[in-house]
Amino acid sequence: MVNWLLEPLTYGFMQRGLAASVMVGVLCAVMGTYVVLRGMAFLGDAIAHAILPGIAVAYILDGSLLIGALAAAGAVAVGIGFFSRKGNLKEDTAIGILFAAALSLGVALISTMQTFAVDLSHIMFGNVLGVSTNDLWLTAVLGAGILSTVGLLYKQFLVISFDPILAATLRLPAELLRYAMLLLLALNVVVSLQTVGVGLSSAMLVTPAATAYLLTRRLFPMMLVSALIGALSSIVGLYLSYYLNIVSGASIVLTATTFFLFAFLWKRLKG
Amino acid sequence: MTHTPHRLEVINASIGYGDKVVLRDVSFQVPHGARVAVVGPNGAGKSTLFKALVGLLPLKSGRILIHGLELGVHQDCVAYIPQREEVDWKFPVNVSDVVMMGRFGKLGWLRRPSRNDQVVVQSSLKQLGIAELEKKSIGDLSGGQQQRVFLARALSQEPHILLMDEPFTGVDVTTQQATLNLLDALHDQQVTAIISTHDLNLASNRFDFILLLNKRVIAFGAPDEVMRQENLSKAFGNSLLVMENGAMLVDECCPPEEDHAHDHETMEEDQLG
Repeated sequence: MVNWLLEPLTYGFMQRGLAASVMVGVLCAVMGTYVVLRGMAFLGDAIAHAILPGIAVAYILDGSLLIGALAAAGAVAVGIGFFSRKGNLKEDTAIGILFAAALSLGVALISTMQTFAVDLSHIMFGNVLGVSTNDLWLTAVLGAGILSTVGLLYKQFLVISFDPILAATLRLPAELLRYAMLLLLALNVVVSLQTVGVGLSSAMLVTPAATAYLLTRRLFPMMLVSALIGALSSIVGLYLSYYLNIVSGASIVLTATTFFLFAFLWKRLKG
Repeated sequence: MTHTPHRLEVINASIGYGDKVVLRDVSFQVPHGARVAVVGPNGAGKSTLFKALVGLLPLKSGRILIHGLELGVHQDCVAYIPQREEVDWKFPVNVSDVVMMGRFGKLGWLRRPSRNDQVVVQSSLKQLGIAELEKKSIGDLSGGQQQRVFLARALSQEPHILLMDEPFTGVDVTTQQATLNLLDALHDQQVTAIISTHDLNLASNRFDFILLLNKRVIAFGAPDEVMRQENLSKAFGNSLLVMENGAMLVDECCPPEEDHAHDHETMEEDQLG
């Protein structure tokens, strides 16, 4: 058993993959609590797809994928905020338009490349075994930034999510905080690019947090449980991917889904 | 008293959504610690007025002054009790979490709740008789208990002005009594309370001022000045029935979003003086 657990870790790429997966699992799970509570699942998915052109450009220029993705994600998050501001367009309409446009642009750019199929599959479903030490550092730094922002703005995010009217009476800059949340979400999607890819990052945002929502009754415990489920899903999923020889992103998401189903059944049987 | 500024002055305010003006040219002044009932038919603009007072809706024209200064200069001096359907009851927070939110304005951006904040929360819970519910999820409470949670939160906010939208609609007697007791306690602390209600009887008996609204101010003043038949028929139109014995009855059939249990409210003419 110990051997079974240790054997994959004799490879450097597996160690880095595991570290990246766990970090991403925790980050997605924490941000995911807001995604679930504020009904932003569609938004998370949209941002994930919308970063495709940024990645494509980075690919073509041989630059850092993370930085390319980051630029695209920031642009899209601000764009969604801008188009839906003051009720010009409903938010989901603005998202739908930008999402489709960015995805098309991304695919168009990638289709100009020779190794189109392989690249697209890595981008869509992650390539956890190709995580470099630099990627790992960047993930760690961005992750620390996301978590500490969530920690610092815990009260404010709680109020704008739970009671926008209280936010107004407290004179909180709700619009600004909403942008901040969108940017954090975008950063988070970018960070999860390496492990679960564009196609599955919204699952990592939603599934562990939804599971925690079933199991807990307060926001902070929900975040902790969600983070735990995110980390466990990443570890179990990565081992399964190693031994069953399946794509790591898919096996991580399926593990998280299994946790969700158990929680759902438990809740059903209990109440 | 004449030299102290009014707690709240609304001066020629027009309020609405988008291009639509709901309330036109509203002016009234509320002195320190007064209890004001806002009365009017459905769609009169009561909730709109409240949204403008908390700063959720910008004014089309006119001004709102609190302690002589523009709305928004004083942070956290207005507390608002939302209507029940405005709250997401499935949100993962318990009773003391919600009441603690009342302290966030005093805490500022980065400070965590202190011992003192805990004490304020506890005493607010006690005052509303829900101390034993503090660990309960808000979704597990009865309607009346839910309202008392938000009353406790408003109390922990230590506001100068308290706004309540229809607190007497669709709640049990205990909660109605708790709300009225709180009103009295706040009155003693010189907190101004502005409360919308369909209960004309309550408005006449328990409040210092009545603001009668229907798209504009029909009348504002002491209950016996406002609650006259000519004013009420201007506000309620055909919904106002005058009985042979002089009693007046407001009959609003099938209001769109309100609790039907309170559609019919009676008021005896002889109480109006």
